[in-house]
Amino acid sequence: MTTASIDSAASDRRQRWRTHIEESILPPLVALVIAAVVGDILIIIFGQSPGEVYRQLLEGTWGNAYGFGQVIYKATTLTFTGLAVALGIRAGLFNIGAESQLASGGFLAALVGLAMPASTPTVIAILVCMIAAALGGGVVGAIPGALKARFGASEVIVTIMLNFIVLALLNYIVAAHIHVAETLHTPEIRVGALPRLAAISATFSGSAANTTFLLALAVAAAAWWYLFRTRPGYELRAVGLQPEAAEYGGVRVGAVWARTMMLSGAIAGLGGLNYVLGYKHYYEEGFGTGSGFLGIAVALVGRNHPVGVVIAALLFATLSQGGLAVNALVPKQMVDVLTAVVIIAVATAVPEVRRALAASRRREAGTRNRENGNRESGVGNRPAEVGHVEIANPGPSSQFPIPTSRP
Amino acid sequence: MIAFLIQTLRIAVPYLFAAAGGIVSERAGIIALTLEGFMLTGAFCAALGSHYSGSPWVGIITGIAGGLLAALLHALATIRYRADQVVVGIAMNLLAVGVTRFFLRLAFDSSSNSPRIPGFGGAELRSGVLSSLANPLIWLGLVTMVVVGWLLYRTPFGLRVRAAGEKPEAALSVGVPVKRVRWLAVAVSGACASLAGAYLALDQHQFTDGMTAGRGFIALAAVIFGKWDPKRVTIACLLFAAAETMQIRLQSLQLVPSQFVEMIPYVLTIVALAGVVGRAVQPAALGKAVD
Repeated sequence: MTTASIDSAASDRRQRWRTHIEESILPPLVALVIAAVVGDILIIIFGQSPGEVYRQLLEGTWGNAYGFGQVIYKATTLTFTGLAVALGIRAGLFNIGAESQLASGGFLAALVGLAMPASTPTVIAILVCMIAAALGGGVVGAIPGALKARFGASEVIVTIMLNFIVLALLNYIVAAHIHVAETLHTPEIRVGALPRLAAISATFSGSAANTTFLLALAVAAAAWWYLFRTRPGYELRAVGLQPEAAEYGGVRVGAVWARTMMLSGAIAGLGGLNYVLGYKHYYEEGFGTGSGFLGIAVALVGRNHPVGVVIAALLFATLSQGGLAVNALVPKQMVDVLTAVVIIAVATAVPEVRRALAASRRREAGTRNRENGNRESGVGNRPAEVGHVEIANPGPSSQFPIPTSRP
Repeated sequence: MIAFLIQTLRIAVPYLFAAAGGIVSERAGIIALTLEGFMLTGAFCAALGSHYSGSPWVGIITGIAGGLLAALLHALATIRYRADQVVVGIAMNLLAVGVTRFFLRLAFDSSSNSPRIPGFGGAELRSGVLSSLANPLIWLGLVTMVVVGWLLYRTPFGLRVRAAGEKPEAALSVGVPVKRVRWLAVAVSGACASLAGAYLALDQHQFTDGMTAGRGFIALAAVIFGKWDPKRVTIACLLFAAAETMQIRLQSLQLVPSQFVEMIPYVLTIVALAGVVGRAVQPAALGKAVD
């Protein structure tokens, strides 16, 4: 091996890493700029000054302990739903059902919390509730996974339909059997409550932030480890990139689909703990409304990477809480519009940015080839041609590039 | 009995409109997750038009215009820029909720509903069930499905739509402008679904926040349960509407909890997708982008 080829291998690696960073960071940035412009337009339509609105938005969220606590609380739920969606997308599956998986996880945790005697040791009670939440979400997630593996039923449609079915079922059970009179919620759980941050530091007083956020970070870390450091995680990503190739390589694609959907549902289900164990200590109809769909935005902007998901969850939690902070100036619904704009812009920018980057690389590679002459032309071409084949029909999986790290 | 049939028809009309749009869109290969959003946009724009002009006919036109605008945005993202259809579809629904609420505050200074708007028959004519048939949109709803069936199976455009949804590469190779066909199909679905929304707003004489209440997804369920075929989808729409009517009429008897009746369309859809006998198979290129 000549020094020249070692050099070119190292620069290939650097090049690939640069590509990866560019492809991951650029689309969300472009999307945020577009969202900011749309936000400005909406604010001006409403006759307010954008600068003032954005200043109040920041002040009402990161500017004081209560606002910050609310951001942490909302980001906690969004981290769970975002991770759930991201895990699915990594396997080429769209889990639109985080909404109902979250609800069913919270519901089962509340049921178990109600059923345990008050004398149960706290640690055991919390663990049992966690298992219940994961189970509640996992079962709801397992149905579309199994139907996809067995019959090829579209998980998009099945999860959407299941949202309606599960929420209606939970509403029926709560309304008909276990609600507190005059309300839509269950009685308070007897054991298993998690401490709020306000109990630790008085500055957070009044905010819903609680120690569930530690669990969210732990689950994010576990998801990273599972995806990038374990054999099943490797299989999961292989199926997401190219199901046929994975099948050929000995991966049982159906089993991976079923397993991933169950895991995804279980993670979303754990999100229910944030409300049930951490905040209100009961299950209430519609407690997580919208968090499931917002999880899709979180996963997209976080580029389906656990670290990105946590950051994106903070971003959308800030937007959501900030909407309340500026409601006196502009309708808080502006935030819903901005969220939708961010999703559409990211989804549009991902293929566009990738195509633009690929084109600029091809130009670069072209110049390099001419300099190197004919002798090395085949080698010089490789990074631009082999690594970045334009795929004719990008499904959900190929839209979201996956870093190439070995298990 | 006649009262039951008419009530069923009234409930079925928005499903028929939206499902007709859903069939065209999905047969062309574009997933129709956006029906709900198009409906909501249509309902709001119809309320706006009807309120400011004083005529429900203008409301129908502005409603369609609103739905078309939303549809064009969806087509731009998914067809021109080849963005993922599921992601954009979900976002379009969120966008419709956000935009209608925002402009509800701006136009009517309310966070829940518009003032009373001029509409057709319905709530103001209590003289008898037959009076609700004075609403021309009811008849248009039935006709739409027939037109869509004719369009799909009896016209060159329908053939191109089906080709774009089944084998876009083959269609391209014989010179069918697949992208343009898909643009048109999405526009048709936007127009049809917004008519469903306009019907709701004009029938109830006001726009209320989130008034479509998942009807777009029931329409999508009907499309899948009816296997993307106009005749079967019509039957599915009527079936779902009849179940709802039955539930409303039998409410006092408390035979079955209302939540279980609500589930019927969704459960049937899942059964159809997973069915062992006569499973619903979607158009081959549904959800796939074309170069």
